[in-house]
Amino acid sequence: MVDAPPPGPATRPVAGLALTGVARRYRGRRGSTVTALEALDLRVEPGAVVGVVGPSGCGKSTLLELLAGLQEPDAGTVEVGDGGPTPAAARLAACALMPQRDLLLPWRDALGNAAVALEAQGVGGREARRRARPLFERFGLAEFERARPAELSGGMRQRVAFVRTLLPGRPVLLLDEPFAALDAITRAEMQQWLADALAAEPRTVVLVTHDVEEAVFLADRVAVLAPRPGRVVAELEVPGSRPRDRRAAVTDPELARLRARALEALG
Amino acid sequence: MRRAALTALLLALCLGAWAWLASLDSVDDLTLASPSEVARAFQDDWSLLWDNAWVTLQEVLLGLAIAVVTGTLFAVGMHLSRALRDAAYPLLIGSQAIPIVVLAPIFVLAFDYGIGPKLAIVALICFFPITVNVLDGLRAVDAEQLRLMRSFGAGRLRTLRTVELPSALPSFFSGLRVASTVSVIGAVFGEWAGADAGLGRLVLLGNNQLQTPRVYAGIVILTVMAVALFALATLAERLACPWNRKEASR
Repeated sequence: MVDAPPPGPATRPVAGLALTGVARRYRGRRGSTVTALEALDLRVEPGAVVGVVGPSGCGKSTLLELLAGLQEPDAGTVEVGDGGPTPAAARLAACALMPQRDLLLPWRDALGNAAVALEAQGVGGREARRRARPLFERFGLAEFERARPAELSGGMRQRVAFVRTLLPGRPVLLLDEPFAALDAITRAEMQQWLADALAAEPRTVVLVTHDVEEAVFLADRVAVLAPRPGRVVAELEVPGSRPRDRRAAVTDPELARLRARALEALG
Repeated sequence: MRRAALTALLLALCLGAWAWLASLDSVDDLTLASPSEVARAFQDDWSLLWDNAWVTLQEVLLGLAIAVVTGTLFAVGMHLSRALRDAAYPLLIGSQAIPIVVLAPIFVLAFDYGIGPKLAIVALICFFPITVNVLDGLRAVDAEQLRLMRSFGAGRLRTLRTVELPSALPSFFSGLRVASTVSVIGAVFGEWAGADAGLGRLVLLGNNQLQTPRVYAGIVILTVMAVALFALATLAERLACPWNRKEASR
């Protein structure tokens, strides 16, 4: 059997995303209905990074779970790749989710934690570790392979979590406020790191965040969500190409104007 | 180190108080043997005590092993099947409310005089703390962690093996620690209901034959046994889940 090459830009199919007229309602307490999302349209071109910003309770997490195939919409369609509405199982297989907390398993070392993403699909532990190793080297984590999560800083843990997300080689990454739990300095550092990482490993990315600056810095386009019910109220193209340089991005007047518009749309 | 010194000091104080109480004229020697008499009993009856302790230790270890296997399996079953959990949880609590003292003679009738009824009682008494703790440990796993595993395409059993069972390990050891201390009590009850060997029987006979020092020697061994089992369970936990201590000390 020929070994599969490690996932790289050339071997990975790219997939776009499309949510059309999506609604999602939950049954609240005392029989009331809570509408998390209503008439939501969002399109992500293959290989693009879209930042989704919005206040708490605007349905950002629901949006990601719909895309990831962990939930079904009550109305509308969710497409991942071409060929019309995509069933949940196929979405699950195409998307990799990165939660806000790193959720690393304390009894596994860093490499073993990343390997979980492959073991979940039935790959053996040794083989999963072997396949995780090149990514550790690529992202400067090689010397931390054997470190336990408790020995790693918050930023390092988030890097391991990101490698875990990349490892299954899925075309779509869904990042759920990946740096919200970090301190401001580490967060800035991690944003630059992620920008460079996405340049090295291009994927279709939906980045959910409550931080407008983070969205503008990392994304090609920013979608602003309004709460109750969650819907897209503004879509802003971010000028210039990725990866951006953080220091330049902070002072760039064009990006500053864009941030102002996004904040205005947030209300 | 300081903790060990304090424990030793407290133990010495208790021994002193015991010796003083036993030396009082108003205290009958048949009620309270002095520490020196107990020490002599250890010397004189060493092989008798040792042979019987070995019988009891076997009952305790085998009973514990049965409880560990059945308790863990039962907890996993209840974790995986909500119907089983809803149906079995009240019965589980009920099993703990049964007075073992009353049950012991019935077990002896059912299993005869051999090791059977002792194992049944030790296992019954240890089953509860193990099952409840393992179940709690399994259910305490972060819902987001489970969602993440699902997003990676993991099935129910894969998630159980990779995430839930390892995270339940510290809880399992908590249950094992409790079980190890009560297991000795279970074995003694079992022997009281009918046995031809064992420390519980020796203590009971010693009581009837007014051999008070021997009774006390038996009690000392039973206590040491329970404490040693507890310490072993604690040590096993440290070896099996080193991450747990690190996390806790952060």
